[in-house]
Amino acid sequence: MLQIRIHGRGGQGVVTAAELLAVAAFEQGRHAQAFPSFGSERTGAPVVAFCRIADREIRLREPIMAPDVLIVQDPTLLHQVDVFQGLKPDGYVLINSRLDFDHLGLAEISQRFRRERLTTVPATEIALRHLGRPLPNAVLLGGFAALSGLITLDAVEHAIRGRFSGKVAEGNVAAAAEAFAFVRDELEALSHAPTD
Amino acid sequence: MLRQIEGSRAVAEAVALCRPDVICAYPISPQTHIVEGLGELVKSGALQPCEFINVESEFAAMSVAIGASAAGARSYTATASQGLLFMAEAVYNASGLGLPIVMTIANRAIGAPINIWNDHSDSMSQRDCGWIQLFAETNQEALDLHIQAFKLAEEMSMPVMVCMDGFILTHAVERVDMPTQADVDAFLPPYEPRQVLDPAEPVSIGALVGPEAFMEVRYLAHARQTMALERIPQIAAEFAERFGRHSGGLVRGYRLEDAETVVIALGSVLGTLKDTVDELRDNGLKIGVLGIHSYRPFPLAAVRAALQGVQRVVVLEKSFSVGLGGVVSADVRLALSGLALRGCTVVAGLGGRAITKASLARLLVDAVADRLPSLSFLDLDWGIVNRQLEREKQMRRSGPVAENLLRDVGAVASKVH
Repeated sequence: MLQIRIHGRGGQGVVTAAELLAVAAFEQGRHAQAFPSFGSERTGAPVVAFCRIADREIRLREPIMAPDVLIVQDPTLLHQVDVFQGLKPDGYVLINSRLDFDHLGLAEISQRFRRERLTTVPATEIALRHLGRPLPNAVLLGGFAALSGLITLDAVEHAIRGRFSGKVAEGNVAAAAEAFAFVRDELEALSHAPTD
Repeated sequence: MLRQIEGSRAVAEAVALCRPDVICAYPISPQTHIVEGLGELVKSGALQPCEFINVESEFAAMSVAIGASAAGARSYTATASQGLLFMAEAVYNASGLGLPIVMTIANRAIGAPINIWNDHSDSMSQRDCGWIQLFAETNQEALDLHIQAFKLAEEMSMPVMVCMDGFILTHAVERVDMPTQADVDAFLPPYEPRQVLDPAEPVSIGALVGPEAFMEVRYLAHARQTMALERIPQIAAEFAERFGRHSGGLVRGYRLEDAETVVIALGSVLGTLKDTVDELRDNGLKIGVLGIHSYRPFPLAAVRAALQGVQRVVVLEKSFSVGLGGVVSADVRLALSGLALRGCTVVAGLGGRAITKASLARLLVDAVADRLPSLSFLDLDWGIVNRQLEREKQMRRSGPVAENLLRDVGAVASKVH
């Protein structure tokens, strides 16, 4: 079972991101369960949403305490919430930022986990270009598809179109595709970089 | 058709498939998405004919449902927590009058302290009101139970609450199999009321009944619930035959074969319990799970039959009778009277406290080793409890309890769970 935890702030579409992931997994014939952290969400407050993906019925109803994947929609949370809590040693991390892990002050994290599974993507900037609004949620799912290969960009696009319509859908699809390409290129560069 | 949708949406669409004539509702978390969904279906014309009535309170919601049902309309509403308490007087009237209203309870704690999260305090507070109470384990079951509930309610002329865990189910997006309209129509016949307000044949409903017949009216309600004990499994079987899956019924066991210890629970925690029990079974513990899906009527005989040969029973409840302990436990004890069984009550998950597999595993290992007291509280923070007791001992003006405890635990918003 794959367990994904998404951190963000109220208003950034954190819950929607988990739901889109679940729908994308469902489109690929898998079982999925998305649920919010059940808070009384307020704009700007830290919000957590969860998604489980498996090949059989998911019965477990506890919050995700040991995620395989972390998606951080707002880098200002890094110094407020212990987002890395419980992350599996071989886990994936995708952070919405223009900066890399070292410049985010996460050098220690990048040593503790597998470097090729940690990356950042400027999702807010990409969203602003395609949507005119700083909504990084669907964009990050495109990046996640490239980072992990656990879900296809096609399934992400399909889930976006199932949820939104018109310009919002097309903008999100284009933004997710750009994030996909961005992360793919980053990983490509990393694989050619000398190891130290 | 398989769909990946929110539990509330699944319930809204299932209710719509039952062709209700009147839906009246007042919003309250975590029930709101259900009636919002139904409102959309009525407004778009997907559900018609149906009158969606916005009311000014939960008391009005139930009162409108009573009026509509008495006039022969298939009536539906939904609520939770304080909303259910606010409509309580009308809730008793609906059952006392024998009106087959179906109501979803998106189970949520009751204040004070105010809390929007899940436990079973709300519907348990109304367990003696004369409504049938069914509990859903999954979103699929919540959807299915609503279809069964209209059939049961209308056959028995009594109202039915379908209880589903607030947030844990209502806000979870997962796979459900949505039935077709044709199948639901074949399963659920049009409503044929036993009593109806009809100007052509005037009757009054709701007479004053004095000592000469009040007990008999009450007894007849009990007799009908006893009949429902037979109809609930039959309806579940008819449902399984038409829709190809098992939902509802009185109780359902899991890995009860040769079980020496059985955990009894209601609602969505059954899923986490089953995963826990699978792991404990792998470690050689002979343990099983019994889910209660009909809480009223309470299936005394079915519970007793399922626990024959068992050595100990743990009742895991999301409800709490202050000053006594378990709520469900008292009923289970009645079912087991005369059997030589060790029993204990574990209160868990109040006000949305996460019930984790790790905590359940520790708890059940203790249970099997007979280390559990007769009443315990899963993952209770004794540190802040004892600090408050000490504070109260030290000074008269110790201040409000909830605020003191929040100060002791620190900010809660930044925690993952």
